[in-house]
Amino acid sequence: MKNMLTIISNALCRITGRNVGTRAVVSRSFADFTSQATFDIKKCDVHRLEEGPPLKAELTREQGLRYYRIMQTVRRMELKADQLYKQKIIRGFCHLYDGQEACAVGIEAAINPSDHLITAYRAHGYTYTRGIAVKEILAELTGRRGGVAKGKGGSMHMYAPHFYGGNGIVGAQVPLGAGIALACQYQGNNQVCVALYGDGAANQGQLFESFNMAALWKLPCIFTCENNQYGMGTSVERASASTDYYKRGDFIPGIRVDGMDVLCVREAFKFAAEHCRSGKGPIVMELKTYRYHGHSMSDPGVSYRTREEIQEVRSKSDPITMLKERMLSNNMASVEEFKEIDIAIRKEVEEAAQYATSDPEPPLEELCNHIFSNDSPLEVRGTNPWARLKSVS
Amino acid sequence: RLKNIVLGWNDLLCSKPMMVRDALNQAMDEELERDERVFLLGEEVAQYDGAYKVSRGLWKKYGDKRIIDTPITEMGFAGIAVGAAMAGLRPICEFMTFNFSMQAIDQIINSAAKTYYMSAGFQAVPIVFRGPNGASAGVAAQHSQCFAAWYAHCPGLKVVSPWNAEDAKGLLKSAIRDDNPVVFLENELMYGVPFEMSEESQSKDFTIPIGKAKVERQGTHVSLVSHSRYVSHCLDAAVVLAKEGIECEVINLRTIRPLDVECIETSVMKTNHLVTVEGGWPQFGVGAEICARIMEGPAFNYLDAPATRVTGVDIPMPYAKILEDNSLPQIKDIIFSVKKTLNV
Repeated sequence: MKNMLTIISNALCRITGRNVGTRAVVSRSFADFTSQATFDIKKCDVHRLEEGPPLKAELTREQGLRYYRIMQTVRRMELKADQLYKQKIIRGFCHLYDGQEACAVGIEAAINPSDHLITAYRAHGYTYTRGIAVKEILAELTGRRGGVAKGKGGSMHMYAPHFYGGNGIVGAQVPLGAGIALACQYQGNNQVCVALYGDGAANQGQLFESFNMAALWKLPCIFTCENNQYGMGTSVERASASTDYYKRGDFIPGIRVDGMDVLCVREAFKFAAEHCRSGKGPIVMELKTYRYHGHSMSDPGVSYRTREEIQEVRSKSDPITMLKERMLSNNMASVEEFKEIDIAIRKEVEEAAQYATSDPEPPLEELCNHIFSNDSPLEVRGTNPWARLKSVS
Repeated sequence: RLKNIVLGWNDLLCSKPMMVRDALNQAMDEELERDERVFLLGEEVAQYDGAYKVSRGLWKKYGDKRIIDTPITEMGFAGIAVGAAMAGLRPICEFMTFNFSMQAIDQIINSAAKTYYMSAGFQAVPIVFRGPNGASAGVAAQHSQCFAAWYAHCPGLKVVSPWNAEDAKGLLKSAIRDDNPVVFLENELMYGVPFEMSEESQSKDFTIPIGKAKVERQGTHVSLVSHSRYVSHCLDAAVVLAKEGIECEVINLRTIRPLDVECIETSVMKTNHLVTVEGGWPQFGVGAEICARIMEGPAFNYLDAPATRVTGVDIPMPYAKILEDNSLPQIKDIIFSVKKTLNV
């Protein structure tokens, strides 16, 4: 029946010369698309491992569209944040994730919602993949009461079930991640913790303290370095005596992954999660990725790298483009479908931005709340001795 | 007759003196037994029975899972403890002394203390950081610092400083049961000091509320406000002063943050004179905070003289005994300061 309609509408188009019945054209039967395909993925370099992740990844149409949608949502959300920041509606620190989407989405595709994840300050993407709506993220950036942390946390301090932020102090999140893994082991729940850090944080002493204890106690912790080549304005060559971040765990096995390929990331993390769940102890992952923006919104990002370099990555290795092209060339979806998804996402992000700019700021009565959990109300000193403010849990 | 024998035994058991370290041990033992989410980690806490034997016997009883020996990596293991607290456990993180907590202080302040607020009440951190604080004997400058003022400065932390064995037991149990980060400042010189324990402290549910000071001795002429080891000094000074007709009211703060200002105010409004006593350095310290708070409240108008602070000397701790002894408040310093304050 639908094929009949297609034929008729095509005929009509030829006759009238107009793109009549676009909707009929789009509603091609799903039977037209390939429901599943297998893709070759880059071989990962491994450290202290007999074998690494598989060289092929299976992708269903449903998965592909889902990964595309999530990556594109993160991309558009971050670009919207850029816009809002330049309009001075977002203030303070704002570290954007565009370019690195395949990392967050690939990891989430490989683990369960009941697993745990913690990252540093470039956290908006993970906040979304771990379950928080775009509007709650943007409203947190604009400091409104509808923000995921009620406006009290900001860009670097967003939380969700089994997502521990959003951490501002470089490297501090890694021991926290190892501790979360300890809790998983202690509680015997077969869950793992992904503890992310950047190439800049990779030289922090507390990481090596965490590696040591995680290895000693066989904690189910997937230590993950998102290597985007630059720690703020310092390239990896200028910061690290060894840039083989997947080997920096020394006695801990490691895998270096193409962080621009969502399938490569997914397969690597399936491998890593299995490694941890089977009681083998921690593992170190290095995701080679790239950020299009500077370190933060106050960094134009072109004083320490060339525009040509950024453009080259965009044109040759963009994670979203890569996935889309794979699906199109394997007839897994249509151009129109992707366009529809893009339009829907634009709408969602626009509405979220509307919300984030119109939602009221937190009430002043909330100022002193949430100092202590599960405690009776207490009095908090204000700016002067007569300002006796109230705090509830 | 049987009833009398039983009651006699009861009295004997109740009034058996207990050392501070054993009270701490008992508190941890009871809480480990009560809640399987509670565990202890730190250097030498397990197989060594604790650097100061505070955790003696616990590893034997509870095993590797609940009593964990860590490498000498404070920043790492404090962070691990905080992460475990975030993910549902209730860790007790021991610092061999609080001097070493400086290496981990970012995890205590930025990862533990601030998180409940930053997350607008989503992520609690039920953790206890405990260990000996302040001067010991002959351990010199890097091992003798008092951190009460440093930690008490920060919102999001509770800071507890027990004096006697009963304080130690009741406050540690409260700290472990508290859903918030608690810095629990013990004192190495007090570990071996025995104290009578009340009958109610024998109960496994005995807790002392955090944030409430205790009047250890009633008095009318001056309020002596102190915490930890120096409560003993104040009580000893009070005995000497009583012979000269000066009756000191001695307040044991028990908690530094939140400070029980009301207790101090009530006392000052009665005695009209205030002397604070602490082992820490004078500048920006516990005594300084007490004086400022008294000035800002109703008790100010009842002061007949400016408040006085008795503190450690404003120097790094020296090693030689004569120098060390003269770096910390002695009973004679308290007596002298009381008399100066009373203008006698």
